[in-house]
Amino acid sequence: MPPAIPVVEFAGLGVRIGDTPILRGVDLRIEPGEAVGIHGANGSGKTTLLRVAATLLAPTEGRGRVLGADLFGSERFDVRGRIGLIGHTPALYPQLTLEENTAFVASITGRPDHLVTEVLAKVGLAGARHRRVDQCSHGMQRRAEFARVLLTEPDLLLLDEAHAGLDPLASDLVSALARRTTGRGGAVVFVTHDARRAATIVDRAYTTADGHLVPGP
Amino acid sequence: MTTGFWRQALAVTRKEIVAEVRTGEVLLITAPFGAVVLLLVPLAIGTDRPLLARVGPGMYWVVVLIFGIMVALRQSATDGAPQRDLLGLLGIDPAARFAGQAIATTALLLLFEAVLLPVAGALYSPDISGWGWLAMVGLLPMFAVGLGLLGTLAGWLTVSLTTGRSLVPLLVAPLAIPLLLSATQALEGLRLRVSIGGWVVLLLALDLILAVAGVLSARPLEEASR
Repeated sequence: MPPAIPVVEFAGLGVRIGDTPILRGVDLRIEPGEAVGIHGANGSGKTTLLRVAATLLAPTEGRGRVLGADLFGSERFDVRGRIGLIGHTPALYPQLTLEENTAFVASITGRPDHLVTEVLAKVGLAGARHRRVDQCSHGMQRRAEFARVLLTEPDLLLLDEAHAGLDPLASDLVSALARRTTGRGGAVVFVTHDARRAATIVDRAYTTADGHLVPGP
Repeated sequence: MTTGFWRQALAVTRKEIVAEVRTGEVLLITAPFGAVVLLLVPLAIGTDRPLLARVGPGMYWVVVLIFGIMVALRQSATDGAPQRDLLGLLGIDPAARFAGQAIATTALLLLFEAVLLPVAGALYSPDISGWGWLAMVGLLPMFAVGLGLLGTLAGWLTVSLTTGRSLVPLLVAPLAIPLLLSATQALEGLRLRVSIGGWVVLLLALDLILAVAGVLSARPLEEASR
């Protein structure tokens, strides 16, 4: 059942680390079924914004809700299981195989075992599923992360430079994942330097500059 | 604690054990190193057999304690920042993650103790009767649980600190003293053939206190690590 409330709702939101402001006065509202792109130079606050949306980093100013949960309260812990994040570094266990990594996620989230083989096949890893992560290429590791997203079906999917270093086929998987998520009534936030590629996925685009979020690519 | 809690905890345990089996850090590196330390002590203090029999049990626990903390800290380091974020976003209960890691560490420490026990027995020939050895086997899991919990807690504390991480093992060492004291005194009691009930109760109480402390501090420590 898609969430009826805004998936992301920030008003005057800010993040300070020590005395340094990282984000300032961010206003952002993302409705169910929307995909939003965020561009900006290195160090402009894109990843910080993504981590706040993931509830992994608490804001220090303003107001913020994700999937209805107040980011300043402990209720943010309750919605974490509905958020998917693909970050810069693959979040996989190098000593485990691709299948074991996916099975671990299935086990934690209570998904049936047969889905593990299915989602790995969907991202083109059926033949490599017994290979250890530390013996896989970056592209294969990324595909394993896409398999995790297929398995967990998050209501909010956060992609941080998810296209980086991928071949065209794997890049298409990113677009397909984003469409699948919005099609289910979820939302996607897509952080990238590549505004042209993002334009094929997102409904709206924003740019971060000096900690501010402004509309437009 | 719900079924979900234990399902998550055991999934973490299984993942940790598989990773250890693949790297072999405890059995192939740490355990032989611990055995070498046990061997060095007789070389350092000479072949005074009564003295060795007297200090042997204490040496065994000290080696298990020091190398055990290393094992536990190493185990806690298997999750880097991306993995910790992933676990958070999978909705895992931090207490379940703590329990899973502590169970895996305890299992590895038990294995570590089991490997070193015959080495210590052969090198030091402690004056312990057949029943005493049986009681000793009962002490091993109690000590491993306490050390596994303490080490996991120390590992989480290390990850949550932005500065002063290298001081954590030094801070943990005094907390391990009651564990060491109860284990060595219980073993001394076995050697002298006196009751060890009080020391066993202390060991169990320490295990319980550390388990409660770990479960209660899991969420704040996890949030502090981000």
